[in-house]
Amino acid sequence: MKPAATLAARVLSSRTLWISLIVVALASTLPLYVSGYILGLLTIAYYFGVFSMAWDLLFGFANEVNFGPTFLIGLGAYTAGILDNLYQPPIFICLIAGAIAAVTGGIVLALPALRVRGPYFGLTTLVAVLMLQNFVVVAAGLTGGEIGLTVPDVISTDDKVNYWIALGFMTVSGLILYGLARSPVGLILQASGQDAVQAGALGFNVTKHKLAAFIISAFFSGLAGALLVFYLGAASVGTFIDVTVGVQVIIGAVLGGRRTIIGAVLGAVFLIGANEALRPLGDLSTFIVSAMALVVVLLFPSGLLGLLTRTKEAV
Amino acid sequence: MNALANNAHLEVTGLTKRFGGLVAVKDIGFSVKGGEILGLIGPNGSGKSTVMKLIMGIERPDAGSVRIKGVEVAGWPSHRIARLGAGMVFQHSRPLHRQTVLENITLALLPDKLGRLFPDPESEARARAIAERVGLAHVLDRRPATLPFADLRKMEIAKAIARDPQVVLVDEPFAGLTSRETAAFSRLVTDLRDDGRAVLLVDHNVKSVAALVDRVFAMYVGERIAEGSAEEVMRDETVRRVYLGGSIETAARPESSFRDTTPFLEVENLNVLYGKAQALENVSIHVHQGEFVSVVGLNGAGKTTLFNAISGLLPYSGEIRREGKALGGFTPATIARGGIVQCPEGRELFADMTVRENLDLGGQHAAPEESKERMEWLFDLFPILAQRQGQTAGTLSGGEQQMLTIARALMMKPQLLILDEPTLGLAPVILEQLSKALERLRQTTPITVLLGEQNVTFALPHADRVYVLEHARIVWEGDPSRFAAEAGTGYL
Repeated sequence: MKPAATLAARVLSSRTLWISLIVVALASTLPLYVSGYILGLLTIAYYFGVFSMAWDLLFGFANEVNFGPTFLIGLGAYTAGILDNLYQPPIFICLIAGAIAAVTGGIVLALPALRVRGPYFGLTTLVAVLMLQNFVVVAAGLTGGEIGLTVPDVISTDDKVNYWIALGFMTVSGLILYGLARSPVGLILQASGQDAVQAGALGFNVTKHKLAAFIISAFFSGLAGALLVFYLGAASVGTFIDVTVGVQVIIGAVLGGRRTIIGAVLGAVFLIGANEALRPLGDLSTFIVSAMALVVVLLFPSGLLGLLTRTKEAV
Repeated sequence: MNALANNAHLEVTGLTKRFGGLVAVKDIGFSVKGGEILGLIGPNGSGKSTVMKLIMGIERPDAGSVRIKGVEVAGWPSHRIARLGAGMVFQHSRPLHRQTVLENITLALLPDKLGRLFPDPESEARARAIAERVGLAHVLDRRPATLPFADLRKMEIAKAIARDPQVVLVDEPFAGLTSRETAAFSRLVTDLRDDGRAVLLVDHNVKSVAALVDRVFAMYVGERIAEGSAEEVMRDETVRRVYLGGSIETAARPESSFRDTTPFLEVENLNVLYGKAQALENVSIHVHQGEFVSVVGLNGAGKTTLFNAISGLLPYSGEIRREGKALGGFTPATIARGGIVQCPEGRELFADMTVRENLDLGGQHAAPEESKERMEWLFDLFPILAQRQGQTAGTLSGGEQQMLTIARALMMKPQLLILDEPTLGLAPVILEQLSKALERLRQTTPITVLLGEQNVTFALPHADRVYVLEHARIVWEGDPSRFAAEAGTGYL
């Protein structure tokens, strides 16, 4: 247990983590004084936070640009939704099935994709999204097609409960992903991402580590997707699979700060919050949010979290 | 079993590697015992680095055997070869920049397991011990980006020996190090030998590794040319011919015959830094109008950096003047249009365009009539290009591409033509054609040429004056006929 204690000590000694936990504690009290409307927004934002964190594990650590986060998210969401629609098993079974589907799909995609070098990995993942999107539209009898899929069950109808579930899920996912990223395997993953040839010469099976990262990313993406379905009570291509959703996940992660895991939550909450705050401006809001994201990415490549913790990083 | 009997930690036989039609490594065989250092040397493009990559599993051999401690590893993936007991010290690597030096070394000690979620205090203690051995104890908690270059190299050694490999491959051990740092690094390499490891040092020439190695294996265009002690290899006829050329006839014109009082090009106290590595240190050269000057230097000596600085592609300190006027502050395009034209090492032709189109691009600033005339003159200079006019540049052979690069540069009517390693990767026959073309160019036109080469045989015959660039500094200047006697040993 001693090594575990060292990791715990190391993780606990991180200022970022403590600040994050305080923020989470404060966030958990929000239902006491905030409207249901805002809670609803944050609930979605938290799930998007998990999408972005899972994506950052691949981009920031394995150095693989996955243009298809929604392939994994969509697999999880639709599997859970379709299962519930057809057989109404207990919801947790649907969630597990969603996560398994995402992981399986992730492996099927990653195994060949990791063999190709450079930008081709990204292109492969992008094609996967388009294929899934087409499949959903074609198999309309099963998936609801372009109209969408309505699921008979939801986890809860209470805004507050849904909010706490999302917050709790995001916190646990964040802790696990953050811990993994800072653990020895996280170190190997970073080394594989930065210099695959050297990582190989140091005795690390680069493909194995990248595949593992992809599986973990797929697991959290799929599970979060499935949970989101049971919050929204419906699944549609536009909310789960469309390339623009994927772009939002990616921007959230980059905006929050690459290779930080936790920053991704910040980015996702900011994106959804800003989109909502600017909604009165109509179509212009998307433009303004994108422009803001562009400015942050260009001027502060280390992202929002990097901006907040800059003094520390500089040492 | 055989390998164990003669105690060779590393045994290579019949190693062959082809890249497309090019045989990069041809039937190479050698062995290294524990407690022995073998220097694997060869000029640029000789295949020495490929041999190292084949041993480490970074490239797959087409034929031949690689045995590490008697185990056949040819064709294995890199990580399995590493775990069997081979380590490699990379010349360029990307360390983990957010982690400390200690964490970077600890990384190398981690097992290749996915279940390793918790740090192990033992590997950290071992990493500390290794760091202390290589002399990094004082910088353990710093991040790699804040380290001087020499310490980064030590960190690479620390990582390579972390797993206690019996075979250590070191790629260009001293590139970028000062002489004091070189001495410290040499001690680390001898330590590896004294630990009983088999060490393979890969470098350009014998001289740089002579003090360290027990034996030398020399390669040229993929093949073995000599093997033996450092002295024997330096005396070897083939080696001398490859590195120094046989008896070279020079045709230098004395510097006093150039009448311009201010040289056409003057470079004064030029300094260029790449991050922490000093790429050029107080380099001063000058070229007269009409003169042919060769800058001779091994790979990594700083030739390309010097030319890029002249062409305005790099920030530098010091001064570069053209006919007395400083060039600093001008854009690369302005400098090129002003008549200083560089033929880059990478050739940078438009591969999908035809020979003719490439030439037309070079001549687009000239009047059509003049451009046409010039092209005819060039086809006379390089007859092969006339035959290949309609062919796309990408389908030309290496030598033809090089001729096209030079021809395209000549279309711009340069006053100063800079040629960066035109012979890189060319077969001897092509070399001769290229050499003849340069000779005609020199005799029939008033052009000024600055040639960078590591191939001395090619660089000397045409030169009026020669500079030797070594480790970022000019170490010799003089008449090409005195080169072999005065500066030649550095090239063996």
